[in-house]
Amino acid sequence: MKGYKIIVLAKQVPDTRNVGKDAMKADGTVNRAALPAIFNPEDLNALEQALRIKDTFPGTTITILTMGPGRAAEIIREGMFRGADDGILLTDRAFAGSDTLATSYALGQALKRIGKFDIIIAGRQAIDGDTAQVGPQVAEKLSIPQLTYVEEVKAIEKGKVIVKRRLERGVEVVSCPMPLVITVNSSAPDCRARNARLLMKYKHAKTVSELQNSNEDYLHLYNDRPYLNIVEWTVNDIESNPEELGLSGSPTKVKTVENVVLQAKEAKVITSADDNIDALMKELIASHTIG
Amino acid sequence: MNSVFVYCEIEDGQIAEVSQELLTKGKGLANELKCKLEAIAIGHKLENIGKDIFPYGVDVLYVADDKRLAPYSTLPHTSIVVKLFEEQKPQIALMGASSIGRDLGPRVSSALHSGLTADCTSLVIGDHEDKKAGKVYENLLYQIRPAFGGNIIATIINPDHRPQMATVREGVMKKEIYDAAYKGETVKLDVSKYVTDADFVCEIIERHIEKSKVNIKGAPIIVSGGYGVGSKENFNLLFELAEVLGGEVGASRAAVDAGYIEHERQIGQTGTTVRPKLYIACGISGQIQHRAGMEESAQIIAINTDPEAPINSIADYVITGDVAEILPKMIKYYKANTK
Repeated sequence: MKGYKIIVLAKQVPDTRNVGKDAMKADGTVNRAALPAIFNPEDLNALEQALRIKDTFPGTTITILTMGPGRAAEIIREGMFRGADDGILLTDRAFAGSDTLATSYALGQALKRIGKFDIIIAGRQAIDGDTAQVGPQVAEKLSIPQLTYVEEVKAIEKGKVIVKRRLERGVEVVSCPMPLVITVNSSAPDCRARNARLLMKYKHAKTVSELQNSNEDYLHLYNDRPYLNIVEWTVNDIESNPEELGLSGSPTKVKTVENVVLQAKEAKVITSADDNIDALMKELIASHTIG
Repeated sequence: MNSVFVYCEIEDGQIAEVSQELLTKGKGLANELKCKLEAIAIGHKLENIGKDIFPYGVDVLYVADDKRLAPYSTLPHTSIVVKLFEEQKPQIALMGASSIGRDLGPRVSSALHSGLTADCTSLVIGDHEDKKAGKVYENLLYQIRPAFGGNIIATIINPDHRPQMATVREGVMKKEIYDAAYKGETVKLDVSKYVTDADFVCEIIERHIEKSKVNIKGAPIIVSGGYGVGSKENFNLLFELAEVLGGEVGASRAAVDAGYIEHERQIGQTGTTVRPKLYIACGISGQIQHRAGMEESAQIIAINTDPEAPINSIADYVITGDVAEILPKMIKYYKANTK
């Protein structure tokens, strides 16, 4: 049985739960180099949905497409350890400073170069921006439908994907013809763990740039085992209008950024001792805050 | 002067809370800019929808009424909004940061190549000088939101593209009738001119939308738990305290992500914004996204083992200690000392 061609859009994100002092640059953009970088959590939920489709429909292939600096190749390898077939890293200084619209333009142009795909699947949003915009914007750039807030891909039949969407106050089951873009919520199942066999197979997978810094003795391996080569595209590998890329292609500008400084107000500090708690409750009852 | 525009979400023929809040905010912005406030309602059987919308001071209401337009689906609503914006060229467009607005907004902004800022916590009119280009922009929309895990507050502007688009979560803005007798104009759109058959390729097979069972927004007292509560079982203590005090249980994102409690109860930038008279924060560290959703509470009690927790800086009372030890004492005292 013929499978489907799936592209997983993934992002390497700074772990915003562990932010240090050097996190921001003077121009208000994020200094990614100063932060631990992780696979965006909801993109892992998306990868799991892709892997489940692959489990059900043998012959399905999964390609991870990510835009970012050179080290973002790490998440492509991570995806391959869990069952993705290959990956493409879109990396170039020309993409620096992209807002969501310039990002989706670049991703859209890369997807046009890939050409054939049935399903594009991504996390609903990335933890560094929480915007949830890139998925729908990519869909619009490609003029294909979108299904957002997806919790489960239930079936694929007669050229249509059927999904369960998790909304604020309920659920919706929707069917939509391929090709399409799906974005997945964190309420979807977690991604499976790394597979030991795939880890062995792909642990030396590298992009061209990474290979340039490698031990030359092993370079022949990359000719003998083509699956170890992670595709790396620069701006020259996609058709694009330079005015739509990076900062110049971004309609939104960061005017100012304020670091969050808390202004302490006078708080009454007490302990968990019985008389402390009793006194507090007495005060709250007396002031009619409670009771 | 180009208008301020609000996309009105409709569920079961009713205009959504968040849209009413945005109409209120939109009227304020429109008055400041001395322009019209316009709105669009897309759905089915909308003959009487105007009576719920005009009192917010809406000057022009566009109505797209067709059986195929309810409930919301992405493509037809996008086509209508994109074409209408091309015709009317609003300077500002506001949508709810809901599963509808966050589905529709980015698609519209991509089609129009206009900037969109998600989940704004404040919208203000202001000027901007681009020193490099030697240009001064007057009366831009400052779209203000926490970003980057809440470690910064960013002010975003769209100097050169229109409309300036922003989404805002339910509860962030206050809703207020502008003038109950306000008279605006209704413009019925010829739907067939705005959509094509290709917009209806996706089909809703099943739909279960429930009226929210949890009413944390309206609760006078909220007992809210964070990651520090430690477990689903420990949340039972919060429910017990909330019940005796006549309040509701809320949670931080960390507690929801940890699976201690359902998402419906999440308070903060990516949840609900609340303004109760008493907010009891249990085991919540108090990142800015959480504080953005509760800092206007009249009184705040912070219970935390960490005396340095950021939540303490906005609290009226700080109890340093273990939630599991302190809540039973509060429950016990309250039960013993009220009727």
